[in-house]
Amino acid sequence: MYDWALTWWTFFQISINERLVYRGDFMLGTLMRFLPTLTQIFLWWAIYDVVSDPEVIADGSRPDGKIAGYRYGDMIAYYLMVIISRAFSSMPGLTSGIANQVRSGEIKKFLIQPVDMMGCLLMQRIAHKLVYYLIAFMPFALVFYMCGSFFESGWPKADVLVVFFTALVLSFLLGFFLEACLGLISFWFLEVTSLTFIYMLLNFLLSGHMFPLELLPDSLSLWVDGPVLNIRGLVELLPFKYLAYFPAAVFLGQVEGAEMYKGLAIEFGWVLFFIFLSRVFWYRGVKRYSGFGG
Amino acid sequence: MQPSYLRVFLTFARNSLVRDMSFRLNFVLQCLSSMSWAAMNWGLFKIIYQFTPAIGPDSGWKENEFFVFLGTIWIINSLVQTFVMVNAQDFSELIRTGNLDFALLKPIDTQFLISFTRMNWAQLANAVLGVFVVVYYVQQMISEGRAIYINPLTVLVYMFYILCGTLIMYSVMITLASTSIWLGRNQHLTSFWFYITNFYRYPMEIYQRHGIGWALWGTFTFVVPILVVSNIPARVLAQPSPGESAWENWEFFMAGYAILATIGSLIASRWVFKTALRSYRSASS
Repeated sequence: MYDWALTWWTFFQISINERLVYRGDFMLGTLMRFLPTLTQIFLWWAIYDVVSDPEVIADGSRPDGKIAGYRYGDMIAYYLMVIISRAFSSMPGLTSGIANQVRSGEIKKFLIQPVDMMGCLLMQRIAHKLVYYLIAFMPFALVFYMCGSFFESGWPKADVLVVFFTALVLSFLLGFFLEACLGLISFWFLEVTSLTFIYMLLNFLLSGHMFPLELLPDSLSLWVDGPVLNIRGLVELLPFKYLAYFPAAVFLGQVEGAEMYKGLAIEFGWVLFFIFLSRVFWYRGVKRYSGFGG
Repeated sequence: MQPSYLRVFLTFARNSLVRDMSFRLNFVLQCLSSMSWAAMNWGLFKIIYQFTPAIGPDSGWKENEFFVFLGTIWIINSLVQTFVMVNAQDFSELIRTGNLDFALLKPIDTQFLISFTRMNWAQLANAVLGVFVVVYYVQQMISEGRAIYINPLTVLVYMFYILCGTLIMYSVMITLASTSIWLGRNQHLTSFWFYITNFYRYPMEIYQRHGIGWALWGTFTFVVPILVVSNIPARVLAQPSPGESAWENWEFFMAGYAILATIGSLIASRWVFKTALRSYRSASS
């Protein structure tokens, strides 16, 4: 047990030190991440100006200045909160890293050493993320302080905060195991770039990264009189929304009460599912794997 | 002997095309992938316009006008990505590895050589898509009865400003890439590109308010003139705010300024490039 802990602790420490080397680069990168938010503030400002102008609403109803239930402040706050969600759930380089190891044969080391590959990668990620939060805390605090007025409802209640943080941790795990599964597919396909691309596209669209999911139309027919695609149902069915939308929506009170706990439970289910799937992929894949050369 | 720049350029173009065509499936996939990003962008604004009739009150950027704007951006982005992007990235790598020595030795202008060695033809797909979108939405505007002036001259002016925009973006990229001579390596080039294009993706009216907005507008119009890149050509066709004489004067002023900005950017980037080259110390092997 002690040895086991020591092994993982060592992996963890190495990864931490590895990351601390580039801290200046990190801070800069984090601040740059908020630049798109700046344009978003102005874009949505211009849009909400139109929406809350009584003259432009054609049907004579009083404009409530809301878009799909979001006030202007909520909309900007949503984009800011999504950056936090993504800071947990995004896993740059994980899929391609695994695929590269499989292709180059580097993966052999995990077959020889008594160390679990997934565990090792997970340790690395946790370390990287922790260092990231540590260093990114200052820029994040600065930006959120400056944008405080967008959070019109203020801080949520304690129980919501607990759910929010749990959802964030789960979104980290979900992101990790989901992308690890994608990477492990390379045991069968070697080249997973196009798969990664499709995943990125779906993720961008259906996770709420691009806009709050409430903005999506309920349904969409692919062509005139064609089959109707139930978009809302699809989004609810897929795991993507837990990677960006769900934690943000919980914080902002867009999802509350029983819905919120139900969402958390489903997210937890997805995490278990992908942990299980990644195990299956790993054992199946390793059986299939043949390493050539030295 | 002066080398023929046109012939060298055409040779580069041919070589890149031959290389791209050797991996045809990959080429098609690249085309599809950049087009699907564009389609998503289109979808985003299609959704936004479900909720609002325009972006900015009285700005005239209604749905059709805005999609003309969007198509224009695709065209410029795609031109920059086809002709400049790869080379700017390669340049940073040449500096790091010391291979720039070979470029310096060749009897041709170094900036020309490093700017156009490789072309990424697959990226041109979005320009084609952009042209279709622009044509479609201009037609849409006409059929909905908007009085806009479209004649061969407007189209020529539009193409001229597309060229200006591309040249400004080229200058920005070369300037950024040149900084890698001082930094040793510039891994952020692609992210810089992403963050900068972020500012010119929207009509400049959205920035014209509040202190920060005006500061952004001023910076990106007069210091790094990237707002000019997209806004001027798009306005030529979309004509979001016709009829008001004061506004028209203002637009004429901007149109004139865009030409100055293009020349200025080219000169400035040339100067930065030359200055940076003087600090180049090669790399030990």
